[in-house]
Amino acid sequence: MAKIHVTTTINGEPMEYLCEPSDTMLDALRGSLGLTGSKEGCSSGDCGACSITVDDRLICSCLMLAAEAEGAEIRTIEGMAHGERLHPLQQKFLEHAALQCGICTSGMLVASDALLRKNPNPSEEEVRFWLAGNLCRCTGYDKIVRAVMETAAEMRDGIKEAAQ
Amino acid sequence: MADIKYLAPRTLDEAIGAFAAAGSAARILAGGTDLLVQMRSGMVRPGVIVDIKKIAEMTAIEETADGGFRIGAAASGMALAEHPRFGKVWPGVLEAVNLIGSKQVQGRASAGGNLMNGSPAGDSVPAMIAAGAVVTVQGPNGRREMKVEEVPAGPGRTNLKPGEILISFQLPPRPPGSSDAYLRMIPRTEMDIAVVGLGVSLTIKDGVCTEARVGLGAVAPTALLVEGAATALIGSKLDDTAIEKAAEACRAACRPIDDKRGTIAYRIKTAGVLLKRTTAIAAKRATGK
Amino acid sequence: MNLVTNNKWIGQRTIRPDGMDKVTGRAQFAADMTMPGQIWGKILRSPHPHARIKSINTAKAEALPGVKAVVTSKDIVDFPIEKGAVMLGIQDMRWMCRNVMARDKALFPGHPLAAVAATTEAIAAEACKLIEVDYEVLPWSIEIEDAIKPDAPILHEFNKFDGKPSNIMGRLEHKKGDIAEGFKQADVVIERTFTTRPVHQGYIEPHACVISVAPDGKTTIWSSSQGQFMVRAMTAYLTGIPQSDIRAIPAEIGGGFGGKTIVYLEPLATLLAKKSGKPVKMVMTREEVMRATGPTSGSRSTVKIGARKDGTITAAHGIFYLQAGAFPGSPIRGAAGCSFTPYDIPNLLSEGFDVCSNRSKVAAYRAPGAPIGAYAVECVMDEVAEALKMDPLDFRLKNAAKEGTKAAHGPTFPRIGYIETVEAAKASPHYAAPLGTGQGGTLRGRGVASGFWFNAGGESSAQVNVTEDGNVVVTTGHPDIGGSRAGIANICAELLGIDYRRVSVIIGDTQTVGFSNLTGGSRVLFASAMVVTQSTEKVIQTLRERAAKIWKIDPEAVKWEQGAAHPVSPNAGQFEPLTLQELADKAPAMGGPIGAGVQLNTQGADGGFGTHICDVEVDTELGIARVIRYTAVQDVGRAIHPGYVEGQLQGGVAQGIGWALNEEYIYTKEGKVDNPGFLDYRMPVCSDLPMIDCIMVEVPNPKHPQGVKGVGEVPLVPVMAAVASAIYNALGIRFYSLPMSPPKISAALDAGMKQAAE
Repeated sequence: MAKIHVTTTINGEPMEYLCEPSDTMLDALRGSLGLTGSKEGCSSGDCGACSITVDDRLICSCLMLAAEAEGAEIRTIEGMAHGERLHPLQQKFLEHAALQCGICTSGMLVASDALLRKNPNPSEEEVRFWLAGNLCRCTGYDKIVRAVMETAAEMRDGIKEAAQ
Repeated sequence: MADIKYLAPRTLDEAIGAFAAAGSAARILAGGTDLLVQMRSGMVRPGVIVDIKKIAEMTAIEETADGGFRIGAAASGMALAEHPRFGKVWPGVLEAVNLIGSKQVQGRASAGGNLMNGSPAGDSVPAMIAAGAVVTVQGPNGRREMKVEEVPAGPGRTNLKPGEILISFQLPPRPPGSSDAYLRMIPRTEMDIAVVGLGVSLTIKDGVCTEARVGLGAVAPTALLVEGAATALIGSKLDDTAIEKAAEACRAACRPIDDKRGTIAYRIKTAGVLLKRTTAIAAKRATGK
Repeated sequence: MNLVTNNKWIGQRTIRPDGMDKVTGRAQFAADMTMPGQIWGKILRSPHPHARIKSINTAKAEALPGVKAVVTSKDIVDFPIEKGAVMLGIQDMRWMCRNVMARDKALFPGHPLAAVAATTEAIAAEACKLIEVDYEVLPWSIEIEDAIKPDAPILHEFNKFDGKPSNIMGRLEHKKGDIAEGFKQADVVIERTFTTRPVHQGYIEPHACVISVAPDGKTTIWSSSQGQFMVRAMTAYLTGIPQSDIRAIPAEIGGGFGGKTIVYLEPLATLLAKKSGKPVKMVMTREEVMRATGPTSGSRSTVKIGARKDGTITAAHGIFYLQAGAFPGSPIRGAAGCSFTPYDIPNLLSEGFDVCSNRSKVAAYRAPGAPIGAYAVECVMDEVAEALKMDPLDFRLKNAAKEGTKAAHGPTFPRIGYIETVEAAKASPHYAAPLGTGQGGTLRGRGVASGFWFNAGGESSAQVNVTEDGNVVVTTGHPDIGGSRAGIANICAELLGIDYRRVSVIIGDTQTVGFSNLTGGSRVLFASAMVVTQSTEKVIQTLRERAAKIWKIDPEAVKWEQGAAHPVSPNAGQFEPLTLQELADKAPAMGGPIGAGVQLNTQGADGGFGTHICDVEVDTELGIARVIRYTAVQDVGRAIHPGYVEGQLQGGVAQGIGWALNEEYIYTKEGKVDNPGFLDYRMPVCSDLPMIDCIMVEVPNPKHPQGVKGVGEVPLVPVMAAVASAIYNALGIRFYSLPMSPPKISAALDAGMKQAAE
C-alpha cells in the first residue's frame, strides 16, 4: 500500500501530506492535515458540508481525490478569517442568526464566498440556486439568504472590505 | 485488500497505455463526481485510476475554424460556462451540463464523464444528442469518431471498445437562426436526477423550422434520439399541430420504468410536456424573440 | 422585529457565545475529535428485514491482522423481556439493548449484529465481512396495513393484542363526553382517512463518537447527542460500567430534532474500547444513518369531526395508527394527545395504536406524533369549515381552546395564547394579500392550519460563577441545538445588569455539571433559564451581602442595579456603587468565591400553539407544487433572543414542507430502503423555499421568571395540513396521503379531468 506524497498550497500556506490513492481530499483535510472545519455529511456530493475551493473553483472535497491536490491552490473555511478579522460573510451570519447547529455553516460560507467573488450583485433567486448544493436542516435558509445578500450589498458599497 | 494505483499522465498515449494495460480494473477519473461516489459505496473497486485532467486535449474548449466547438471530455461545466462564446452558441448544451448536481458538482463534472457513466438520466446527453455532437474516442487501435447517440449501450454501459477513452465532443457549426434548449423534470428545484430530460436544437428560417433534433433522456435504458419528433417539427411553423405531433412522438418513444424517481405514466406524460416547453424556448432563442 | 423594548438584552439579537467557533470551522463536533492512539469501529448489519440469528462466528474477523476487538450481543447487558420494563425517560431498556445490537432476531435491514475495532476503518470493514452469521430468514412486513393483518409475521412473540399474537404493541386513548351523542347533534360530519410515509429527521451530521476506557473502567465519551446524561445512563445500563465512572462530554451537535435522544454507537464503541484497551472512534455513514437510525412513523389516521350549522364542533373521533418500527414505542402520545388540543370539543375520543414492523425503530422527531395527527385533523377541519361556508380561521376561533378549557390529554388550560395566534394570522399582511396569478398554466392557492405541542420542563442544573476579574461563567447542562446559549447569556446579563459579552455560557459534561435532562421537548431554554435565574439571584444576594459588609449596613438596604451594588436610598448611607469587578476583586477577603448552583425538576411548562398560512403555486402540467409564501404565527411566551426563536419557526416549517411535498422512505421489493441518501431522500434545498415570515405572539408564561414557553417543536406541527389545504385551494383536490409529490398530483389532476369529461 504505497502512499502518495502530495505538495500543495492550503489557505496560502505550502503544505505536504501522505495519502492513500483512494483517500478523498476531505479525508486528507480532516485526517492528516487536522483541518476539521470542512464537514462530512454524506460523502456523495449531495450536501455541500465539505465545500472548498480548488484553484478558485467551488467543489465538494468528498468528490476529489487527495492526490489531485498536487500543485493546486486550495482554500477552506479555515482560511476565510484572518487572525481576528472575520470575513464580512462570517460576521453577517452571526448578526443574522444565520446558523443554528453550525454543521452546514463552513460549507455555506465557502460557497457564499465563491458566489460573491463571481457575482457581487446576486438576486435572491441567484443566491438560492447557487446555494442549492448546501443542505441546511435547521434554518430553512431564510436568514442565510438574507445574510448573503446584505453582505453583498455592503461589500458593493465598500462599507466592508473582504479579507484578502 | 487490493492496492489501488493513481496515475496522472500528461499525454494521451500514456493514458491509453495505462488504461488498456489494466483492463477491467481501470477507471478514468475526470471530475470524479460519479467515480468517487461509486467507490465510496463499494459499487466500483478500481485497481487503477487514470486521471486525465493533465492532458491538454481533455480539458480544452475551443471554437474551431468552421465555427463549431470542440470540448474536451473532461472539461468541467463551470469551465464551459466561463467560455466567452460557448453559451451564446449552445445555450441548451451549457444549461444541460450545468444542471448536473450542484454548483460544487459543476465545478468538476464533465460532459464526458456524464456520457461515459452511462446513466439513462444523465442531463448532458439529451442535449448533446439534440446538438448532433460527434465524439472522438481513442484506444490502442487508434482514434475514431462516433455519433453521440451511438455511445450509450444501456444503464452503466457504453459502446466504446475495451481500452478506448473518450477524448472530446465536436459540435457542428450553427447556421443563422439556430439555437437549442434543455429542460428536465425534477421534483425539487435542484439536486435531483432527471425524471425526464429533453433537449431540442433547431434552425428557423423565415418562420419555418428547417432543421431539428430532439434528444430524450431518463425514459429508456439509454438516452434517445427521437427522429419522429424532429420529422414533425421540420418544415412546420412550429404551430400547435406540429408540436403536438412531436410531443406524441416523444411519448411513443418512451420505454420507462417505475422507480423511486417516477412512474411510467408520469414519465410518458412529462416527455410530451417537456417537448412543448423546450421547443418553445429553443424557438424563442433561435428567432431572438 | 423586536417585541420587547424595555430590556437591555432580553429580546435583543445578540451575538451567540458559541458563534465565533461555528463560523470559523473551529467548533468541535463529534467526528472532529481525535484521541491519541485511537482505532476505528465498524458495525456488521443484518441484510434481512426479519431473521432468526442461529449463530454468529467471529473467529475469522478476530484473526484478521489489525483487528483489536470484536463485540457481539453477548457483551451487552441483557434486559430480559419477561422481567418487565426498565424505563429511562420514555425509553425501555429492553428495547434499547436489542436495538443497539440484535439478540436472537434481526428485525430490520441494518440491524447491528456485531461490531469490530481495528487499526483502520478499512480493516474494520473488511473484518465485518469475515463474520459468519447463520440466519433463518423469516417473512416480514413493513407497512401498517401488512403488519396488522391476521396472518402478519409477528416480530415479538411475547406480545398479544385482543388475546391474539399481534404486532399491535399498545393502545392509548383520551376520552371526553360521549361521541355518539355528540355526532347526533352535528349538522355536518366529515370523516376521512390519511396516510403518511416514514420521514427522517434529516440532521446533516451523522452520529459519531470517540470513546476511551481505561483499564480501571474509567470511561470518557465524546459524542454528539441530545443529552450527555442520557448517553451516560444508556451506556452504563448496556455495558455495566457504573455511571460515576463515565464522563460523557457533549460535542457540538450537528442537528438532532429528536433523532439523537437515544444512542446507537456509544455502548458498542465503549465495549470495543474496553476490550481493545484503545480509544475507539465510530462514525456512521450517511447510508447507515438513513437505514439504521430512527425515522419517524409512517401512519394511517382516520379523523371524524362533526359540527353544528353555527360552526360549533360537537364531537370528534381520531384513530391514529403509527409505525413503531422494530420495537414498541411510536409517538402515539403526541398524535392522540395533541391533534385536537387547539379546540374546545365537548365529546372526544382520540385513540393511538402502536404497530411494530420490520423497519428501523422510530426515534423522536420534533413534536413526535403531533405533526402526523395534525395533518389529519387540520385537513378535516378545513373540510368542515368549507362545508359550513366559514372562513377556516373563523371556524378555528369559534372553537378555540382558551383558559379553562379541558384539553384532550387531561389538563385544564391556564392562560394560553392560541386565540392570539389565530387572530394574528387573520390580521397578518399575508392573509390580506391577494394570491396573485401564477404564470402560464400554474394555479395558486392558500391554506391555513393550527397546531399544538405539550412542551416540557424537567430536570436542569446550572452554575453561575463570577470570575476573579469580574465577569461571569454560566455552566448549563443541556446540549445547545438551537441557540440556547445565546438566550441564557441574554438572561444572565439582564439580571446582573452587565454587558452580555461579559457572560460566557458553556455546556458542562456529566462530571462537571449537575443532572440535566435531554435537549428536546422544547425545554432547554425554559428549564435552563429557571435554574440559571435562580443561580444568578443567589449570586446577586451574595453580592449584596458583600457590599453590605463593606458598607457596614444591612443587606436589605443594598440593591443590585446595572452591574453594581447601590444603597437602597440615601437613608441607608452615602456610598459609591460597588461594581461586579470591584466585588470580585475583594471576594477572597470578603468571604470567598462568588458563585451558586441550582438543580431543579422544573415545573410549569406550558404547551405551545401555532397557526400557519401557506401559499402554493402548482404547475398543473407537471404536477409540481411549490410553496411561494409562508407565514408562521406562534405564541412564544417571551422571545429571549428573537433571532433564534424565529430560527426554530423557520426550521420547523422547512422540515414540514419537505414532509408535505417530497420526503418519504421508499422500500425495495426485498424490504430494504431504496433511497438511503440525500440524492433520493429529497429534503428542501435553498431554491425550493421562499422566505419564511414569522409572527411571534407573546403571551408570557406566568410560571416562568422570564415568561418563557418552549418554541422548538410547535413549528413542525401545522405545516403539512397548511400545504395540503393550500393545494386544495389551488386545484380543488384534497390529498389524503403524503407526500404530495409530482406523480401523485399529476395523476390526481388527470383523474379529475377524466371525471369532468364524463
